[in-house]
Amino acid sequence: MSMPETTSAPDAPVINMGTAIRDGLLEAARRDPSVIFFGEGVEDPAALFGTLKDIGKHIGHDRMIEMPIAENGLIGIAIGAAMAGKRPVVTLQRVEFALLALEQILNNAAKTHYVSNGRHNVPLVLRMIVGRGWGQGPEHSQSMEAIFAHVPGLKVIMPTFAEDAKGMIAAAVEDDNPVVVIEHRWSHYTTSPVAEGYVHRPLDGPRTVRKGDGLTIVATSYMTLEAVRAADKLAEAGYPVEVLDLRVIRPLNLDPIVESVARTGRLLTVDTGFRMFGIGAEIAAEVTSRCFDILEAAPIRLGLPDHPTPSSRGLVKGFYPDAARIARTAAEMMGLDDARISAIEEDILADRKDLPIDVPDPFFKGPF
Amino acid sequence: MTDAGNDYRLRCLKQMLRIRLVEETIAERYAEQEMRCPMHLSIGQEASAVGVCDALLSDDRLFSSHRCHAHYLAKGGNLKAMMAEIYGKRDGCIGGRGGSMHLMDPDVGMMASIPIVASSIPLATGTALSDKFDGNGKITVSFLGDACLEEGVFHESANFARLRGLPIVYVCENNLYSVYTNLADRQPDRPLTDIPAAHGIAHRHVDGNDLESVREAALWAVETARSGNPTFLQLDTYRWREHCGPNYDNHIGYRTEEEFQTWRARDPLDRYRKALEENGTLGGAGFADLEKDIQAEVNGAFAFAITSPLPEPTEALAHVYA
Repeated sequence: MSMPETTSAPDAPVINMGTAIRDGLLEAARRDPSVIFFGEGVEDPAALFGTLKDIGKHIGHDRMIEMPIAENGLIGIAIGAAMAGKRPVVTLQRVEFALLALEQILNNAAKTHYVSNGRHNVPLVLRMIVGRGWGQGPEHSQSMEAIFAHVPGLKVIMPTFAEDAKGMIAAAVEDDNPVVVIEHRWSHYTTSPVAEGYVHRPLDGPRTVRKGDGLTIVATSYMTLEAVRAADKLAEAGYPVEVLDLRVIRPLNLDPIVESVARTGRLLTVDTGFRMFGIGAEIAAEVTSRCFDILEAAPIRLGLPDHPTPSSRGLVKGFYPDAARIARTAAEMMGLDDARISAIEEDILADRKDLPIDVPDPFFKGPF
Repeated sequence: MTDAGNDYRLRCLKQMLRIRLVEETIAERYAEQEMRCPMHLSIGQEASAVGVCDALLSDDRLFSSHRCHAHYLAKGGNLKAMMAEIYGKRDGCIGGRGGSMHLMDPDVGMMASIPIVASSIPLATGTALSDKFDGNGKITVSFLGDACLEEGVFHESANFARLRGLPIVYVCENNLYSVYTNLADRQPDRPLTDIPAAHGIAHRHVDGNDLESVREAALWAVETARSGNPTFLQLDTYRWREHCGPNYDNHIGYRTEEEFQTWRARDPLDRYRKALEENGTLGGAGFADLEKDIQAEVNGAFAFAITSPLPEPTEALAHVYA
């Protein structure tokens, strides 16, 4: 399969996204002594899935602040520290723990710069990790980007590829705004060649990871990997489609999406979160408004269905959009006949063979 | 914080009087409907704001709540900018973005006022953490009401402040009511100071309507906090007027006229004036002269606010992102 665009030297070390994020955080913290880290188990042996591993050894343990189990209080404390000039990085083991702190995040982190008429800044990074698989269930697997993206004043990013993640996390730390970083646990395993040392990738909007004229797929986080796989199989069958990794949910840069849809005439969105009221809904509405005359098909949104995430591998079957469903939906939108669609779909499913539904497909480890 | 000379007693009396006159003028003019935002007056609670702030240095920090006028002024916040903010004008301390409940003046350490109960407590704890990192000697005061002790985030913050030895003073102004609900209907019958005690935080409980008691306790609390031990003050006081708005509401049934009169007789301003007159600090016509001068300043601030322009709608788009 072809590689997504990357700027790293092909001979750069291949590492996974979790390690890349850790390296990016360490580089950012080395450059700026005001960067401090908060986490529940910030220096414990697991070190937040390894994403904070040994950072304290390099920058000093005093900059690693163990969080009592008090998310609202501690995120508020991080906001206060940011108002006083620190650059706190808070890491939560699961997105759902951030729900305890919505008051501080939505009121104080998001609004303090605005309400203060620009007198205060809140340079804060809130990392939240999405769980999936092995029965994570209803309250360990939500990504919730739509909740945070709903609120002016927050930035929301969802990295997908290792080197990009390394550069995006550095940009998030350097940003003078509160940045919510939603990291998919399965994306943590994704590998790519990643440039050593300091890497910076601006939080400027989507990145094209596959080119094609048949249709535009806009996906977030782990769903970008599913979309890439679907796109590669469609391309092999002679139907190249474009895949945009959204990267930055808010502020939403629609221009590259509109530019792409203006060429393809078709939009398919794939959310990591719930489909209803999701990111895809916002994109589909805006793109439809701007491109109504040139659309050749109604935009379609894929995402999680309208019920909580069950734990059992029996119940979770069909819950997550996958490459096969993305490919089928895209092919239907492009008007392929059913025999061709089924062949592409079967080709994708055959690759997965009899792998259990609740573990990551080795395909997604890359390297990309 | 004021120009009343080196005698803290005159300085504090003047500051309490100034806060009282500002708020009485707001109450008097609120019906004009030009101050178009919710209004939480501190009349009757001036001694706690003034006594605590007189124990601070100008670059110490303060966080407040919806009832922030007295704290803002006592910390040295600009009066004209406060009135313009309340009038929703461009010259407001934050350009009309927050109104009465969000007063701030970071140049004098008045960091922010947040109207969600207890919401500013972790922010204050966070600036204390940052200042401890920087070793800059600053302390932060977190003003909170009795109802904040019911909010989880107070406990989360207090636990962390004690764990880390942060330079912070939590000042609980206990005015007995959360809107219309009495403390006795919200908390069990136990000393409020049991709560900081349970967090291992040193505390004092004094008459919040007695300037000297408040100031003395605040000097202890601030000095202790500066040495890296968080402290807690309980200051008992009483809000004279309704929770939100310019009126008295003793007749509507949640508290009694008799209770109000009991507290009215403990007026912090009147008590301190009499004390200073009796001990000779304040001369015969002294108070009347002060009143005249300050009312002139207050009237000037209102005139400034009224003549300041409204911000343009396009200005609402600025500062969403830094």
